[in-house]
Amino acid sequence: MTALLITAVSLLIFVVIFQISKASEYVAILKGEEHSRKQNNKINGFLMVVFLVLGLVGVWYCNEVLYDKTLLPYESASVEGERVDSMLWLTLAVTGFVFILTQIVLFWFAYKYQESETRKVYFFAHSNKLEAIWTVIPAIALTVLVVIGLRNWFLFTGEPPKEAMVVEITGKQFGWIYRYPGKDGAFGKKYYKNIDNANNSLGLIWDDKLGHDDLVMEQTMYIVKGRPVKLIIGSRDVIHDVGLPHFRMKMDAVPGIPTTMWFTPKYTTKEMKEITGNPDFQYEISCDQMCGNGHYSMKGIIEVLDQAEFDAKMAGQSPYYYTSNPDKDPANAKADTVKTAAKPVELASKVTAKL
Amino acid sequence: MSNEAVLHAPAGAGLHDAHGDHHHEHHHETFISKYVFSMDHKMIAKQFLITGMVWAVLGGLMSVLFRLQLGYPESTFPFLEDILGKWAEGGKITPEAYYALVTTHGTVLVFFVLTAGLSGTFANFLIPLQIGARDMASPFMNMLSYWFFFAASIVMLSSMFVEFGPFSGGWTAYPPLSALAAASPGSGTGMDLWLIAMALFVVSSLLGGLNYIATVLNMRTKGMSMTRMPLTIWALFFTAVLGVLSFPVLFSGFILLIFDRNFGTSFYLSDIFINGVGALPNEGGSAILYQHLFWFLGHPEVYIILLPAMGMVSEILSVNSRKPIFGYIAMVGSLFAIAILAFLVWAHHMFVTGLNPFLGSVFVLLTLLIAVPSAIKVFNWLTTLWRGNIRFTPGMLFSIGFVSLFISGGLTGIWLGNSALDIHLHDTYFVIAHFHIVMGVASMFGMFAGIYHWFPKMYGRYMNNTLAYLHFWITLGGAYMIFWPMHYQGLAGMPRRYYDYSVWESFKQFAELNRFISTVAMIVFAAQLLFLFNFFYSVFKGRKVTTQNPYNANTLEWTTPINPGHGNWVGEIPEVHRWAYDYGKDGKEFIPQTTPVGADESSH
Repeated sequence: MTALLITAVSLLIFVVIFQISKASEYVAILKGEEHSRKQNNKINGFLMVVFLVLGLVGVWYCNEVLYDKTLLPYESASVEGERVDSMLWLTLAVTGFVFILTQIVLFWFAYKYQESETRKVYFFAHSNKLEAIWTVIPAIALTVLVVIGLRNWFLFTGEPPKEAMVVEITGKQFGWIYRYPGKDGAFGKKYYKNIDNANNSLGLIWDDKLGHDDLVMEQTMYIVKGRPVKLIIGSRDVIHDVGLPHFRMKMDAVPGIPTTMWFTPKYTTKEMKEITGNPDFQYEISCDQMCGNGHYSMKGIIEVLDQAEFDAKMAGQSPYYYTSNPDKDPANAKADTVKTAAKPVELASKVTAKL
Repeated sequence: MSNEAVLHAPAGAGLHDAHGDHHHEHHHETFISKYVFSMDHKMIAKQFLITGMVWAVLGGLMSVLFRLQLGYPESTFPFLEDILGKWAEGGKITPEAYYALVTTHGTVLVFFVLTAGLSGTFANFLIPLQIGARDMASPFMNMLSYWFFFAASIVMLSSMFVEFGPFSGGWTAYPPLSALAAASPGSGTGMDLWLIAMALFVVSSLLGGLNYIATVLNMRTKGMSMTRMPLTIWALFFTAVLGVLSFPVLFSGFILLIFDRNFGTSFYLSDIFINGVGALPNEGGSAILYQHLFWFLGHPEVYIILLPAMGMVSEILSVNSRKPIFGYIAMVGSLFAIAILAFLVWAHHMFVTGLNPFLGSVFVLLTLLIAVPSAIKVFNWLTTLWRGNIRFTPGMLFSIGFVSLFISGGLTGIWLGNSALDIHLHDTYFVIAHFHIVMGVASMFGMFAGIYHWFPKMYGRYMNNTLAYLHFWITLGGAYMIFWPMHYQGLAGMPRRYYDYSVWESFKQFAELNRFISTVAMIVFAAQLLFLFNFFYSVFKGRKVTTQNPYNANTLEWTTPINPGHGNWVGEIPEVHRWAYDYGKDGKEFIPQTTPVGADESSH
């Protein structure tokens, strides 16, 4: 019923607009077309300025309302992300200045130079000087932006510091799997044809001893505040993307071609809850590459902990080799044994990649 | 058939057209040959235009439907079930349908509306008229070009009615998602049809493009040197070159994809395990290879869309400012620079694919280089307005709107082209805002400008101005209200192509804004219906054009009869003596290109 009503009202509005428009055309012909054309010209010229003013007010208002909902009010949660932010502000300053200037000039000229009988058009076909100016100035501004951008780019895509920990992250429809190299600090080999959702989600090759202490987790990835982390990114099926807005980082997960990304988290999740004033705050991993109908629900969580918390967390984990092959677990062999786990400190210091 | 006569039109045209512009006197012209399988470039232009309009309505409607989901994720709309059936059970669009709509919206708007509808229409319509030719170099190929496009349209349309729905993996169709029906139901029959439609489209675009190039190079009238051509023709010429050089690469990418899908090859596939299917045998392929092939067209495609709009805007701004375009040679040079650079920047769409960082840095440099010719164009347009005597015809309004949008959307390209910043903004709403403003809406404005400006030439009638003014102001304001706030969503890291944001702690704060955007989108869509109504009403009932040259413009199309027949000019094709932009020279309001240069005329 409401749909019908809305349709009827819209139709009515259409008819009214159309009738008015047609009538105005008749009136124009009656009053003399030239006369009404000039009148319309004045109206549209005036609207140019109105649009300019309303537009600039709108830009300001939009910023007022939405600024706090972006990531900009808080610092980047990664050390490297600070560079992204400073680049962003510089680019905003440059493009913002050009935006305001050119839009004002555009709409102001349109208004100012609207048709008038008294004005004689200035025949101005070209000026090498002017054209040189607006070739050279943008070129210089862009060079500055390129230089800054490339310095950051090579930092982001370069090798992480030596002390970085390494975590492997694998995308699948529609979730993430994380793997830590375990005590030995090295990942075991894997082959996709070994994948079995029941007990080998990554397709680890059990013959490879390096993989026997690898830890595999889903849902949440744990990393350490202040310690660079290098992610080795892969995909089990289609292309996904590890999107980390709070850390200002992002990298595709491509099946068959591992990619990497690294950053240094600055704040623990707990600290970020305070900084943002949001008790529900989480570092979310969003899939940023269309990966199927569940794309929008492909969420992972990163929890940034301080070293002690991290060590405790890791100590409680049992290697994937044992959970997948319970018969091999020494804990099961000796009935009375308490779960053995690596000493926390030892583990953390060894989680350094050899890759 | 008059095929022979048409093919040899340039030589024997004087004879052929001595009958005058009353083409109904041609006893051999039937309804079929005049309106359906027409070889008249003007009729083919109209066919492209109207097919493009149909697609624009469908594509626009799709965006309204998926915006309903984004704006009102908790509501149900029973009418949706009526039109979409199982795709909107209970009045709520399913994720499958949402992604199908997003994908088809993108494909249709980029290729069918803004490529075929824009350059198909205006290259066909303006090239012969503005260079002084009776028709295209090959009218027959031109006709084929339209009918391949039509066939592509039918196949694309039919893909919407297959059991598992149309393709739904995004308009860029990245494999493995687009290669494996097990990964996404839309990648089954829907994708087969999508590929067939796109292949037909490539054929259409190549037939058209070769024709445009041949015509511009060979069929200019006496005196029409390349440097006397209006900027529209330059822009359409570069557009055609871009298309001819880049569409085959896209096609090759599609062929490999077809092989991977149907014949067990592994060009793009490697190390894949699909839930419910298991590990696939394919090894050694590269999913990234497809992206290189795709974007080698994909980026020039942006300029294929944009250049015709730039050309038409340059012409319309000059005519209605009653002033020459500022820096003609610089305008041509910047078009040329853009056309060259268009081929050298494709990997900026791939900064986060794991691309070699050094390679990435080269693409950063080349990408930001495009800002230089773009800046030249903008400043030249602004200077064209300066000290002019501006008439706000609807075409002029849309041209000014184009410049405004091109500035707004172009500047954010500087953000995204810089890889270190792109890492953060890639695939967020910032990107949506950027390309919709600079490529989508701006080119649409160029198209509207062209339609309003050349409507009198196309149909011998005027469109209603009041409706046109309303259309312009609603669309300009609405476009900014829709896309400007999206920059902020992007600055919050909000990813594209999400069906629902409510479970995301980082992105759910925009529910209210999404509602606002969706509402404005509906209003703007309704305003386009206003335009369509105006268009079709005016074709039949509009005020008749009574003067040959209603804008007092210099270019050749205004020397043809009000309703030109096939062959365009009655008698001899006029000779050209000057460039197209002598407005306000030596105290004369305008000097048509056909006027010989006077002895005492000043040079510029």
